[in-house]
Amino acid sequence: MISGGAMRVNAVASDETDDRLRAILRDVLGLSAETVAGFDAGTALFGALPELDSMAVAGLLTEIEDRFGIVIDDDEIDGEVLETYGALLAFTAARVG
Amino acid sequence: MDFRATWTCPGPDGLTDEHAVAFDRGRQRRVLIVPALFEEQNRTRRLLVETMRRLDAAGIDSFLPDLPGCNESPQDLARQSLHSWRQAMADAARQLGANAVLAVRGGALVLPAHLPGQVLEPVAGATLLRQLLRARVLAAREAGDHASIDALLDQGRERGLVLAGYRLAPAMIAGLESALPAHEGQRTILLAELGGGAAPWSRAEPGESAQQSTALARIVAA
Repeated sequence: MISGGAMRVNAVASDETDDRLRAILRDVLGLSAETVAGFDAGTALFGALPELDSMAVAGLLTEIEDRFGIVIDDDEIDGEVLETYGALLAFTAARVG
Repeated sequence: MDFRATWTCPGPDGLTDEHAVAFDRGRQRRVLIVPALFEEQNRTRRLLVETMRRLDAAGIDSFLPDLPGCNESPQDLARQSLHSWRQAMADAARQLGANAVLAVRGGALVLPAHLPGQVLEPVAGATLLRQLLRARVLAAREAGDHASIDALLDQGRERGLVLAGYRLAPAMIAGLESALPAHEGQRTILLAELGGGAAPWSRAEPGESAQQSTALARIVAA
């Protein structure tokens, strides 16, 4: 999983959810562990990461569903959910319960 | 050895030559690798070719055919269906003299089920289709167009759809909606058995893992 240096986003999710979401971003987008550990709530994703095109977003959502055992309704996905790491984490945490 | 083999399958104008990556030294064990589908086919190609090199070193011949309409195939993807791919993989297995199979992800939807072997993380057609539809909907929303998956699917069933650059016929869409992995008796290999690391088929960026190829070859060779 992510090394201990990850910047926590405790306001919206448990450390475990945070770690697992960072690992998914790392695996799906081929980012380094250091890069994803450096994400904070305000880190921009969609539109800022060249790796994150629409096919990658689709893959990312599927991977989040698989690894967290949740179902994401596509109508819930809009630009805001993917705008920042904090928004994606809050979205995921709300569905993990 | 020239690393490739040719096999034929029915096309719109009669029998058509198709390509396969081949490590063929006329040995006794001959494995047909049925690739993953669509984008996952590209993402897993390096894993599979590296696995084939290791099988070659272990004394096992292997073949990785193109699905008609993909890669080097002269055929039109828009005329393919899961049925035509299943038929093609059966033709390839017979002509290449395969006596074992390794199907990867959506390859399990079209594998020659009579051959012994393995399936790597088989996936339902609906799961693959949903991901392709999702990408299309997200791209449309980015462009300010509020398409829905259901509306797209209706359109696909009637007239076909271009998804992630792949032109899919109504028959392909219908097939994907309902197809389940068709393995019977082949051993299911889980990603976790490949020694950890990310799933190559879900990576949006290219990457490779020698460890995964080595582990996969070891399981196939066992």
